[in-house]
Amino acid sequence: MNPRTHAAPARPPKVLVTKIGLDAHDRGSRLVAGYLRDAGMEVLYTGPWQSIEAVVSMAIDEDVDLIGLSSLANDHLLVPKLMQAMRAAGLENVPVVIGGVVPEDDEAMLREAGVARVFRTGTSRDEIVQGLGMLIEQARVTA
Amino acid sequence: MKTATKRGPTANPHQFTLPGFEAAQREWDDAVAAQTGTTAPRRNRSGVPVRALYTPADWDDRRYLEDLGFPGQAPWTRGIYPGMYQGRAWAQRQLVGFGLPEDYRDRLHALLEAGLTHVSIAPCNSFMRGFDADQVDPVLLGHCGVVINTLDDLATCLDGIDLGNTSLNLGDNAPFTLGAFVLALARRQGVPWSRVSGTTNQSDYLSLYVANHMFFRVALPGARRLLVDHIRFMNREVPRWNPLSVVGQHMQQAGATPAESMAFALCSAIQYAEDCIAAGMRPDECLPRFSFFFDVSISFFEEIAKFRAGRRIWARIAKERLGACDPRSWRFRFHAQTSGADLTRQQPLNNIARVAVQAMAGIFGGLQSLHTDAYDEAHSSPAEGAARIAIATQNILREEAGLTDVIDPLGGSYYLETLTNEMEAKIEAVMHRIESAGGMYAAARDGLVQRMIGESAGTFQDAVERGERAVVGVNRYRIPEALDQRPPPLARLSAEATERHLARLAAYKAQRSQTAVDRALDGIAAAANDPQKNLFEAMVEAAAAGATHGELCARARRELGDGVPAVVI
Repeated sequence: MNPRTHAAPARPPKVLVTKIGLDAHDRGSRLVAGYLRDAGMEVLYTGPWQSIEAVVSMAIDEDVDLIGLSSLANDHLLVPKLMQAMRAAGLENVPVVIGGVVPEDDEAMLREAGVARVFRTGTSRDEIVQGLGMLIEQARVTA
Repeated sequence: MKTATKRGPTANPHQFTLPGFEAAQREWDDAVAAQTGTTAPRRNRSGVPVRALYTPADWDDRRYLEDLGFPGQAPWTRGIYPGMYQGRAWAQRQLVGFGLPEDYRDRLHALLEAGLTHVSIAPCNSFMRGFDADQVDPVLLGHCGVVINTLDDLATCLDGIDLGNTSLNLGDNAPFTLGAFVLALARRQGVPWSRVSGTTNQSDYLSLYVANHMFFRVALPGARRLLVDHIRFMNREVPRWNPLSVVGQHMQQAGATPAESMAFALCSAIQYAEDCIAAGMRPDECLPRFSFFFDVSISFFEEIAKFRAGRRIWARIAKERLGACDPRSWRFRFHAQTSGADLTRQQPLNNIARVAVQAMAGIFGGLQSLHTDAYDEAHSSPAEGAARIAIATQNILREEAGLTDVIDPLGGSYYLETLTNEMEAKIEAVMHRIESAGGMYAAARDGLVQRMIGESAGTFQDAVERGERAVVGVNRYRIPEALDQRPPPLARLSAEATERHLARLAAYKAQRSQTAVDRALDGIAAAANDPQKNLFEAMVEAAAAGATHGELCARARRELGDGVPAVVI
């Protein structure tokens, strides 16, 4: 299924690709940002070390369809706090996905916190692009 | 029909001839064509074409003295020391770091018993960013390294270690607080600085800036000043210390090819040497203490050739361009770490095989010290059992496999010698591009290096996505993930342990003389504003006066500017 032809959205999906916490390894986030852009999405790409507050206000100001977080060194442990801040700001309909090194033992905790999907290392480009496209489409339908 | 002397880009300039050679080669050409058809040459990660066979037409022994020489002799291809691993193998420098200082101490002693020969400290990400434990969210503490905030924390880490008789490898970026703590601790213990030895790993701020993947704390001009002051101070006061480890590893992990990583590191080394010379140091004062740090990927022959070529280029640069006369200045001493980016989350035990091959490439490349990754790298920081296997891998390669019996055992291989020459040309072409952009500092500041790294990362990943570059368990030979071997369980700091550390930090701050700390921190400001003063010396005095890591970094940032990475996609 191609979500873009299926849903015929008014504007291309807008995705925020970012990193919160302390780590800055950005090989993965740069690659994924490029893939999403090549797939026709509008990509906002930030530097590393963003605060939770900064991510939330960017999501509001830029009216993004989805937030993609890259985590390789346990910064995903902050994500429950991000999800809480997003709910407080009325952003519960904006899906949040995580990519990178996420220990299996932590995945349940992240899903429980409201993370839509965890893309672990070795996920293919198509799987990421289609997965995000579907999440954005679903979010637009329910919004 | 191709003839022997016209094959490939490295056709022998000496016009190799041997009665019957061309006829035998033609026969082989035809036989191979009949068997496999004509196939385009593969290219290695650096883009060098790799053919199915190399012969004396590509490289022959008449080039021995020109291309190889003897170990410890120009052009240094076969190694920097005459005896290489004879009698003294490489140093086993495993990065160790997790949890609190007492956890680090216990893990360190366990690994020393397992065969570790050198002490290395990998600090927590909070430390790498320049913060104390009370400045970050406590859930982030102690995962990727040990939490160190104070001189007392370092003393706990190194409890039972003789500072005058142990080489320390510090994960310590500008303003070098860990180095300052080590010198303050030596002074406290009465160990003369002249006996302290080790390396300031992560002192190469350009590698942190361009690979954007570690922890860049102080703005570029301030980082530049701090490094020169650190080198000057250590050369004068701590002569057995290596204040600079020039890094190609960060770039290669971020996606640069092996040739690019070598080229970036060599251009960085030129930049730092010229900065030191401009600050009044003689080349033979600073260069003997330069060392290098590289990634070693699973592209086996390419990595060996990369190291051999790098050794030749650096000797030439040190002698001819930088004017060094002391042979110690020409020596390309390097540490290597097996590539974590090659390791897979899927089928994690496969990584043990990968690490062994990577380590062998580094050993055949002539490394001086080696870190082998643990197989759980793609899951988490190493669990103790995985860290033991990584050390055992080195023990096996060194003592069971006989890899150290013969110096440069692959030297003279038609393929390896040809590839070494071709990698050398490739590395020099990248260096030329950086030099044309104004050198490494300018090329990093302006984003050129970051763009090159990003492009190479994209090219590599595209090849993986298309299945052209094999990754076993990821794009070939996949199995259902339920059948994967489970990685070792995670060890995380408990809330109680975090509390204990925060209480200890508060007590440390309460018991010191605030006046002395404030005065010492003002000394950093004074040094920042006076080029005649040594900024690192001010760091050491402030550390000795009781300033915490976070306080030292905050003052450095205030005086020298905050380090903001360039974001290039």
